[in-house]
Amino acid sequence: MISPDSIGRTFVGTKKITVSQSEIDSFCAVIGETDRSVAPPTFSIRISLDQSEEILTSPEVGIKWDRLVHGDQKFDIKRPLKAGDVVRCDSTIESAREVAGNEIITVRSDISNEKELLISSWSTLVIRA
Amino acid sequence: MIKDQVLDEKIFFVNRALLKQYADTSGDHNPIHQDETFAKSVGLPNVIAHGMLTMALVGKYVTEIAGGSANVLELGGRFTKPVIVPADTDVDITVTATVSDVIDGRVSLSVVATSAGVKVLGMAKAVITL
Repeated sequence: MISPDSIGRTFVGTKKITVSQSEIDSFCAVIGETDRSVAPPTFSIRISLDQSEEILTSPEVGIKWDRLVHGDQKFDIKRPLKAGDVVRCDSTIESAREVAGNEIITVRSDISNEKELLISSWSTLVIRA
Repeated sequence: MIKDQVLDEKIFFVNRALLKQYADTSGDHNPIHQDETFAKSVGLPNVIAHGMLTMALVGKYVTEIAGGSANVLELGGRFTKPVIVPADTDVDITVTATVSDVIDGRVSLSVVATSAGVKVLGMAKAVITL
C-alpha cells in the first residue's frame, strides 16, 4: 500500500537528464518515423517512468513495481524534446485509490528545462493485489 | 479538417522482434513482453506488447495527420486490452480517428486502436495544430 503521506506530494527531480540524438533515432526507428529533428510525442515516457519508479518504490512511498500495470497515459506537450535538451522531471502523486483490492495511482510528471515547462504527462498505474 | 470527418485508417504490424526493439529503446524489459513461458505463468494468454508501444504507434499516426511531431499538442488514452503477440506472427494494430472538434486551428481527434478486431486503446484523444 502507498504511504498516505505521499498523496499530493511533489518529488522534485534531482537528476539532470540530457536528451541524445541516438535515443531519439532509436525511438523513431521502432515506429518508422523518418523526421528525427524532434522527439516523437510519447518519447518522454522513459524519462517520466524512470523517475516514477524511483519515487514510488522508495521506502517512504512503498509501491511494489513488479505488480504494476499501466492503466492509462496522457501527454500535454508544450514543446517537443530535442537532442541536447537538458531537463529534469518532477513527479507529483496526484491521487491514489483502491478498487477491488488493486491500488490505482495517478502520477503527474513535469519535464522542464531551466527556463520552462516542456511536457506534462499523467500516468495511471494499477498495482495488482 | 471538419468536425465529424473520419480520417483514413492506418495499419501497423508488431511482432516479437519489434517488442525486443521497443524494450531496448524504452528500458522496459518486463518479461511479459518477451518471454512466453513467463507471460503464461502470470496468467496471460501469450506475450503481450508494451501498452506504450501501441501508444507510440498511435503517436506516429497522429504525427502524420498533424504534419510533424512538433504539431502534436496532446495525446492520451486508456489501455483497455492487451495486444497479444504470438511467436513468428505479425499482429496488426489498426488505428482510425474522427475529428471531434476544430477550434482556432486546433483539431481534436477521437482515436481508436484495435488489434485482431479487439479495442486495445480506448478513450484515446489527440489535439493537433495545423
